[in-house]
Amino acid sequence: MLTLAIDTSTTAIGVAVLAGDAEPVRAVVLDARAHTEHLAPLVADALARAGATPAEVTDIAVGTGPGPFTGLRVGLVTAVTMGYALGVPVHGVGSLDVLAEQAFAATGDDVGEVLVATDARRREVYWARYARTADGARALGEPAVEAPAQVPEHTRMLPTAGRGPLLYPDAFPRPVADVLDVDPAALGAIARRRAAAGVPMPVEPLYLRRPDALTTAERAAR
Amino acid sequence: MADQPLVLGIETSCDETGVGIVRGETLLFDAIASSVDEHARFGGVVPEVASRAHLEAMVPTIERACREAGVTLGDVDAVAVTSGPGLAGALMVGVASAKALALALGVPLHGVNHLASHVAVDIVEHGPLPEPTLALLVSGGHSSLLLVPDVTDDVRSLGSTIDDAAGEAFDKVARVLGLPFPGGPHIDRMAREGQVVIDFPRGLTGGRDAERHRFDFSFSGLKTAVSRWVQAREAAGEPVPVADVAASFQEAVTDVLTRKAIDACRTHGVGHLQVGGGVAANSRLRALAQERCDAAGIQLRVPRPGLCTDNGAMVAALGAQMVLKGRAPSDLAIPADSSMPVTQVSA
Repeated sequence: MLTLAIDTSTTAIGVAVLAGDAEPVRAVVLDARAHTEHLAPLVADALARAGATPAEVTDIAVGTGPGPFTGLRVGLVTAVTMGYALGVPVHGVGSLDVLAEQAFAATGDDVGEVLVATDARRREVYWARYARTADGARALGEPAVEAPAQVPEHTRMLPTAGRGPLLYPDAFPRPVADVLDVDPAALGAIARRRAAAGVPMPVEPLYLRRPDALTTAERAAR
Repeated sequence: MADQPLVLGIETSCDETGVGIVRGETLLFDAIASSVDEHARFGGVVPEVASRAHLEAMVPTIERACREAGVTLGDVDAVAVTSGPGLAGALMVGVASAKALALALGVPLHGVNHLASHVAVDIVEHGPLPEPTLALLVSGGHSSLLLVPDVTDDVRSLGSTIDDAAGEAFDKVARVLGLPFPGGPHIDRMAREGQVVIDFPRGLTGGRDAERHRFDFSFSGLKTAVSRWVQAREAAGEPVPVADVAASFQEAVTDVLTRKAIDACRTHGVGHLQVGGGVAANSRLRALAQERCDAAGIQLRVPRPGLCTDNGAMVAALGAQMVLKGRAPSDLAIPADSSMPVTQVSA
């Protein structure tokens, strides 16, 4: 098994190569404005450092967001194109799910629930609440996009992963230390576990917002 | 022919997801998925709608192009992609996909200019380009006169629009006349039923403008003139003769485009005019260009309408020229450059 994992939903442009049970090889750049430039060279770099060629990849895992659209799509189209060209399966994993597992891994068993809140720009966050399970995290509802103050107060008081607490410290007072962006190696591990369990993993972008445009009928109605 | 390079070209600069496959100077297949129907209800191209559609269509379009061309991805010698100019978010989908293909297949990547591709596409339609060629490129986003000594590395701009692109004027006038988006085909159709009876202005053709902006275009004033003419009719309670307005507007646009293109050919001593871009699908432009080129002793080349609008074949055609001429491939780190200058052929 040689899993290539890619996530472009948070500030990190992240790639990891998981070969068998070896320590994952990561290639990560923090630059939320240059996904197109960085991603392909990062994939090439991670594969080279893992001593692998693209042809040896057996499956690809990709974060499906939610995340700022333009960058998110760069990761998704890279994953599905490589998957098609190499003839290997591509697994979609919700990016907030990954951050939740990173949060549970970084905290003690006393933390049974966490909030994940990431930067949705426009003074909003993408957020979802999770419960700890034996092997990871379970979402307690669908991911949403809202202003920080719209997130229910008891939820905002949970230990919080993602950049939400960094951007809006008043709204999210309990950051989980050092869990800011999606770790592509964690993403790859979740995809492997779900694949082994036969969980379907469609590659569908989680946009959560519709395009900013009014139809001619809507304009006329204003 | 099997020793000729097999190049796959990807185009996503606006609302068409195009994947073309060219071997040397022969087009094998041109696959297109258009999101134009999704934009029609917005009355224009919405960048985010286009980008979402590109992501959905990308792999199915690559798959269809290979299948119809009778090739497998393993046969591909190089991948070419429009790296600019165009809508930033839309370009990024194609550029990222092309990089992924090049990386997965272990073949070179060529990021190329959208406008140079519009010129190069005629190689797969009518054979090698005469050097130099004079090119008139007219679309919804561009209106340019180019002198092209070598389409793979020497494209010079003689002039371009100083405001609206020609295709943009068609869309805006169509809206004024109550015709659907995109306006070009509708105005072309209506104009056939009308007469050229209104003398709409020809931008940058008189007085000092004709000298200072000899090879530039302006269509904003024309659009405003049409709009005012229609409003005056409506205000007077008179019916608007839509077909006549369409014919007169179309005549004003195509008259200026062809007049300046012929002038540029003569000035630069070029005996060939290449016309491309979506507006080159307009029947009056094609007819008038033919008439005036014949009169001036200039050879006119216009690809079939399906290769004038945005497509992947044009990118593959230019990519194949890059390979044949031994041009250096692009780095995997190239950006999608929404404002790539027309004089920069490759990234």
